[in-house]
Amino acid sequence: MDVVEEHDIQDKHTKKKTKKPKKQPKPPHENGNDSMIEKTEPEHVDAPAEFSFPPTFSVSEIKNKQRRHLMFMKLKQEKRKAPPKEVPKTIENQRVYDETTVNPEDEEVAFDEGTDEFSAYFNRLTNPKVLITTSDRPRGRTVRFCNQLATVIPDAHVYYRRGLALKKVIPQCIARGFTYLMVINEDRKVPNGMVLCHLPDGPTAHFKVSSVRLRKEMKRRGKDPTEHSPEVILNNFTTRLGHSMGRLFAALFPHDPQFVGRQVATFHNQRDFIFFRFHRYIFKNEKRVGIQELGPRFTLKLRSLQKGTFDSKFGEYEWVLKRHENDVCRRRFNL
Amino acid sequence: MQHDDVIWDVIGNRAFCSFKVKTKVQNFCRNEYNITGLCNRSSCPLANSQYATIREEKGQCFLYMKVIERAAFPARMWEKVKLSKNYEKALEQIDQNLIYWPRFIRHKCKQRFTKITQYLIRIRKLTLKRQRKLVPLSRKVEAREKRKEEKALIAAQLDNAIEKELLERLKQGTYGDIYNFPIHAFDKALEHQDEESETDSEEEEEEDDEDVGKKEFVAEDEIEESDLNHSHFDRVEEDESEEEMEEEPEASGSKGKMPLKGAVFRKKRAYVEIEYEQEMEPVPKSKAT
Repeated sequence: MDVVEEHDIQDKHTKKKTKKPKKQPKPPHENGNDSMIEKTEPEHVDAPAEFSFPPTFSVSEIKNKQRRHLMFMKLKQEKRKAPPKEVPKTIENQRVYDETTVNPEDEEVAFDEGTDEFSAYFNRLTNPKVLITTSDRPRGRTVRFCNQLATVIPDAHVYYRRGLALKKVIPQCIARGFTYLMVINEDRKVPNGMVLCHLPDGPTAHFKVSSVRLRKEMKRRGKDPTEHSPEVILNNFTTRLGHSMGRLFAALFPHDPQFVGRQVATFHNQRDFIFFRFHRYIFKNEKRVGIQELGPRFTLKLRSLQKGTFDSKFGEYEWVLKRHENDVCRRRFNL
Repeated sequence: MQHDDVIWDVIGNRAFCSFKVKTKVQNFCRNEYNITGLCNRSSCPLANSQYATIREEKGQCFLYMKVIERAAFPARMWEKVKLSKNYEKALEQIDQNLIYWPRFIRHKCKQRFTKITQYLIRIRKLTLKRQRKLVPLSRKVEAREKRKEEKALIAAQLDNAIEKELLERLKQGTYGDIYNFPIHAFDKALEHQDEESETDSEEEEEEDDEDVGKKEFVAEDEIEESDLNHSHFDRVEEDESEEEMEEEPEASGSKGKMPLKGAVFRKKRAYVEIEYEQEMEPVPKSKAT
């Protein structure tokens, strides 16, 4: 046993001893001796200021004690620093790049916009005049929604449908000088679709309407909107399709917003859902603004965009929502 | 041989008839050649050797007739006559073809023909009107979309976005001069101006003090006269330095420019107490004079 103990002691000693000669990257402040067997690499002779060390290099391999110390202190400092804040991945960050994204200086887009159906509006030749109607036999909620929409959009008129065919309504509207026809489709007493048709031959957009909140149901809302023309905010309409949508919405409102009214209508696109909000704002100082939500709110999702006026059978569709396209990749959006 | 009574006895009353549909109140006949649709002794096409019907194919009406002579030839049993599209002419055709036939069958044929023409007219009218197309919604898809919408709403942070946009517009000056908030650069320039004006005003104060001091030495009478006229000027020397401070806000008040007032306000914020003290003093004196 004694022999064993001796052996053990001897082993311990040898272990201790053998620790030293082993090539282990130990912090030099423990064994600040040159007796450590180290690999000599010619590169570490370079000044530590040049950070071009090979990746398998470690601090303890520098032979020069002072330089090694310096490098080690730097290493410690870096470790003590907080790790850089990582940018979280969001769907917007990871969005698949859409090749139809509009570049602001794109000439082709500018040319197209100069000659498309909205050019008349943007060149201030026409003033918007909107006709709002519903599908057959609207229920109370839809009727109220139409009325509230009419207060939000200046120069909007609500008419009852009474079973008229849209194709026959359209020429009458054009004759009376309307620029927009908005049809709110109803299902199970709740509005669920909207057809927005730009009149003298303009594109027709068909939306799915969801989350309709009427004025009564809004929390902390303000008084009714006044007759002033609101400003328009269009957010996040990046692709070509989004661009044309943006113009479609912009042309609903008169050109010159009356800033006295301090009202703003917002169309915000996020992940292909267009959120509509209507607020009254007030500037508290140049850094803070307070907003108070007035009118109705709803969300739209574009289902199809058709080139001419409303014609479901023979119309030429510019774009149709195909569900399977977006099922493939969750990061791909159209607007 | 065709024994109608026997046939009727068997299929109508006792045994099974594959065309018969029994309900609680009535029996119906599903045979396509049946004229009334009910299961009766006189309406059963199997139990009547002499029978006639009206049938409609693709908007065209035909009169089918069956006679006992052809009972042995099932392929040729039914004689088909095309009826005219004109309602009256078709009725005449029925009359002609079914002359000498039992009253019941003639009457029922005409009735059936009338009904058929009526529903054909209705079909034509309806096709002209708007056809409502029912699109089925898939529950799973709808639920998925709803969830996506909620998440998109959260990601949108609408209030922040709107506020940011409005502030941007304010900065860019789309609102023109409606709001008088000075922008940052203007602010800094103002602060510079404030510092300069403060130093200037101090110098002015000193100068005025000197001037006032000089006036004192030159002619005390003038000051007395001015005392009678103006309640602002005081005989006491101590107040003179304070006078200048008083005059400045009055002068700026007369100018009426907001930024200057703002500048003065900023300066005066630390000195509010002094202002009140100043204003207190001349008032009683004016009352005294």
